[in-house]
Amino acid sequence: MYAQMVKSTGKGVKTREEMSEDERAFQDKIDADTKIEPRDWMPEEYRKTLVRQIGQHAHSEIVGQLPEGNWITRAPTLERKMILLAKVQDEAGHGLYLYCAAETLGVSRDDLTEDLLSGKMKYSSIFNYPTLNWADIGAVGWLVDGAAIMNQVPLQRTSYGPYSRAMIRICKEESFHQRQGYDIMMKMAQGSPEQKRMAQDALDRFWYPSLMMFGPSDKDSVHSAQSMAWKIKINTNDELRQKFVDQTVPQAEYLGLSIPDPDLTWNEETGHYDFTEPNWQEFFDVIKGNGPCNTERMNDRTRAWEDGRWVREGLMAHARKKAARTAAE
Amino acid sequence: MSSVSPSAYPDTESEKKPERKEWPLWEIFIRGQHGMSHRHVGSLHAPDAEMAIKNARDVYTRRNEGVSIWAVESRHIAATVPSEKGPLFEPSESKVYRHPTFFDIPDEVGQM
Ligand SMILES: [Fe+2]
Ligand SMILES: [Fe+2]
Ligand SMILES: [Fe+2]
Repeated sequence: MYAQMVKSTGKGVKTREEMSEDERAFQDKIDADTKIEPRDWMPEEYRKTLVRQIGQHAHSEIVGQLPEGNWITRAPTLERKMILLAKVQDEAGHGLYLYCAAETLGVSRDDLTEDLLSGKMKYSSIFNYPTLNWADIGAVGWLVDGAAIMNQVPLQRTSYGPYSRAMIRICKEESFHQRQGYDIMMKMAQGSPEQKRMAQDALDRFWYPSLMMFGPSDKDSVHSAQSMAWKIKINTNDELRQKFVDQTVPQAEYLGLSIPDPDLTWNEETGHYDFTEPNWQEFFDVIKGNGPCNTERMNDRTRAWEDGRWVREGLMAHARKKAARTAAE
Repeated sequence: MSSVSPSAYPDTESEKKPERKEWPLWEIFIRGQHGMSHRHVGSLHAPDAEMAIKNARDVYTRRNEGVSIWAVESRHIAATVPSEKGPLFEPSESKVYRHPTFFDIPDEVGQM
């Protein structure tokens, strides 16, 4: 997802007998759905796992602006341009809500940014794919934001208060994102044969990378088991992926587009679609830095960080000067 | 031990780290509608109060969420200590007679 393969303790979930008194009281609160707040006692590993997860989520929102930003100057109409601008601005906001939540755990914003730029922290694999034509912007809103919503809706109930509140704000804004994407897809799919071809091409390229967003199957992962016990992960990756496929197939049918999976079939018995898993080797390659756009994305973020330094420092110097002047008066 | 802490957040890492150059952290409070009180909505970084308010407008009120914004630097927030919340809030828990339901008033008296 936006936070893929986040590691927790790696040790598996402790039994009640193995827990300290503090840990037991902490787990009881979580089981009773009492939110954990910044100054409450928490296991160090809970804190660290959350910093990794929320940080990675925040980075994804920020890096995720780049593939869409690519089309702001190329949008086909002024109205589409304004809508896309508003959507991309929302993603900046999402990044900020999430950085704030991470900061309540005692890390600084600059450290998080530097960990992203040094490659120590990751962002979602999906943003390493290029947006080649306008239909891609439709596909991103429909599929990428659609997949993000699948993951974010249950996270509104996560155990950490600031994270949960950030997710609630984000979810309120996401359905606009998905709908504007689907609206672009409808226009293209119902347009000229050439437009319809572009829409199909965008779906062909974004389908499997969207399925990868949920991460590889984690039904046997100790990290996921711990995260689920702590309620910082609510569903398994497979559950969310299945839900996404079930929801998306009829939407593609409505558009008259075909999902690029010859084995996709409705399974009467399970009440779900059977589908082909994405190529997980490709996923691991992209995570490692070898996707089509990894280098470009990191270069863009690094350039923004470095070119913005004089602005950050200049505004701070100005603020200090102004404060000193007011104090002297 | 004091039951007041000079911060709303833990500061687990700052001591070991070199001095930070980042813009100070501000807490943002927004009045959603006329007649309501300001409510905490989150925080953000800004060099000064003026920029904090401008950033707050862009970050927290993109969809008419507010009619008024307050910004206060996070370091000016004093907070209760969670581990002492027992003794701190005890006086309110032990005074059940502060609630109207403590008193039995006969039905004949009518609405009260
Ligand atoms: Fe987002
Ligand atoms: Fe979005
Ligand atoms: Fe997004």
